[in-house]
Amino acid sequence: MFSDLSIVEAASALRRRDFSARELTQAHVDAVAALNPRLNAFITETPELALARADAADAALAAGTAGPLAGIPLAIKDLFCTEGVRTTAASRILGNFIPPYESTVTANLLRDGAVFLGKANLDEFAMGSSNMTSAFGPVANPWQRAGSNAVLVPGGSSGGSAAAVAARIAMGATGTDTGGSIRQPAAFCGIAGIKPTYGRCSRWGIVAFASSLDQAGAFARTVGDCAVLLGSMAGFDAKDSTSVERPVPDYLAATKRGVRGLRIGVPREYRMEGMNPDVERLWQSGLQWLRDAGAEIVDVSLPHTKYGLATYYIVAPAEASSNLARYDGVRFGVRQDGVDLIDLYERTRAEGFGDEVKRRIMIGTYVLSAGYYDAYYLRAQKVRALILKDFSEAFARVDALLTPTAPTGAFAQGEKMDDPIAMYLNDVFTVPASMAGVPGMSVPAGLDHQGLPLGLQVIGRPFDEETVFAVSQVIEDAAGFSAVPQVRAGA
Amino acid sequence: MSLDPATVRRIARLARIRVEDAAVPRLQGELNNILGWIEQLSEVDVEGVAPLTGGAQIALRMRGDAVTDGGYPERILANAPDRAGEFFAVPKVVE
Repeated sequence: MFSDLSIVEAASALRRRDFSARELTQAHVDAVAALNPRLNAFITETPELALARADAADAALAAGTAGPLAGIPLAIKDLFCTEGVRTTAASRILGNFIPPYESTVTANLLRDGAVFLGKANLDEFAMGSSNMTSAFGPVANPWQRAGSNAVLVPGGSSGGSAAAVAARIAMGATGTDTGGSIRQPAAFCGIAGIKPTYGRCSRWGIVAFASSLDQAGAFARTVGDCAVLLGSMAGFDAKDSTSVERPVPDYLAATKRGVRGLRIGVPREYRMEGMNPDVERLWQSGLQWLRDAGAEIVDVSLPHTKYGLATYYIVAPAEASSNLARYDGVRFGVRQDGVDLIDLYERTRAEGFGDEVKRRIMIGTYVLSAGYYDAYYLRAQKVRALILKDFSEAFARVDALLTPTAPTGAFAQGEKMDDPIAMYLNDVFTVPASMAGVPGMSVPAGLDHQGLPLGLQVIGRPFDEETVFAVSQVIEDAAGFSAVPQVRAGA
Repeated sequence: MSLDPATVRRIARLARIRVEDAAVPRLQGELNNILGWIEQLSEVDVEGVAPLTGGAQIALRMRGDAVTDGGYPERILANAPDRAGEFFAVPKVVE
């Protein structure tokens, strides 16, 4: 009965007392218990905490003091530190870590009354595009190809968050996006996901991967729900030196603005040789929907697009090699004893990190090392400046950009595993916006010929999430995406 | 440029990750594959371009030089693999 409600609808129904927060949370707790063995979307389930929070929400609703998210059950990516609840980053090295503090983003959601169902699975330290690198096992995408039982990946790194929302076992979820980790899984799972502008959400208490790129964001089944979640998560935080001191606008109001008179750019470099015809067709449909709603479509050029991924795979590993130096088996996490301190570090990290994380730390160590810093890291930072300049010049002419989110729909578990670069190419359309720090949102817009969801990406100017939401809402309305995954609560 | 086995071992040492000798050839292949791919950046003209270091195009804020947190060693030590009193414990470093 609750599985097709949006967050906006549920919040109204709770205020009308159509049902209680406890009933809503119990239904989701039960759905998690029933479907998580199949999906592996949660690393840690917290049903007792969720029900206690739901009771508190019912009390607040009765007293008239309820926050905007009172009683709304969410999944929290297991990269956000949650006080007293194990936070693993899907790594063996943090397998027993219980934070003594709450991340700012989750604290904001708790302030507004949200209920946390548990900690969602992800690629280890958010490094991956398939959720296959989790030390706690892969996540199954709730969608399947027509006529096939092959288990598909939910995308990554926020794969558990996206799968939980798509399967209707959570109403919304937090994610983080470093190069596409919200937008690509949203597309693969047929839901909406927004990565706001770098600096919009505090990074304090989020396990760091690449600090100049990491940004928290939201998943939900509708654009409006993402707007409500982001409105709660965002805001200035003195504890993050890159958090931006700006008021948070009413994002839900922005979804109703429409696109009449807006100029929407089509970056010609995103039209690639050998592009998937389903993706190409959907992109054209999206442009037509915006044209029909009164927008003007404009060709633009982002000439350094083709260098985005290579730049990312220098900058992100470099920052990761520095950030992950803290996992040394001394202050927290799992320790492997050694004959001396260096041996303890080396054994702890060899045992504690998975292969992809080790590869990236080593690439990062190399590109930062004496003699190679200028050739790799410094050069990548300069190319990053050129990528930002591309976006700045485009946004002098247009209000937003429309592109595909990912080059294909979801692929099967085990595919693309032999070649790290084949996996990296999943993020070809999402990485440039990350490098530039601008906001991007994926909206489910249609199905491919195998019956799998595809997303369109709306990219906006820095701190103009409102236009991103306005454009995304028009896409959502025009697409009328009503397909549901095979694995879902209430099915 | 291509990494030789000695360089792979040196990077692993710098990264404080133990790599068994038998794993070096596989790692060498993987790292060279990735480095060969990112080599494409050498064709970009970056003459006169200032490097972009951060994600936010703003100057970092200053804050007061004041203690704002702390004083709870038990909470901090709760996750420590080993401790001695109110300290983190590690194997003997100085003989």
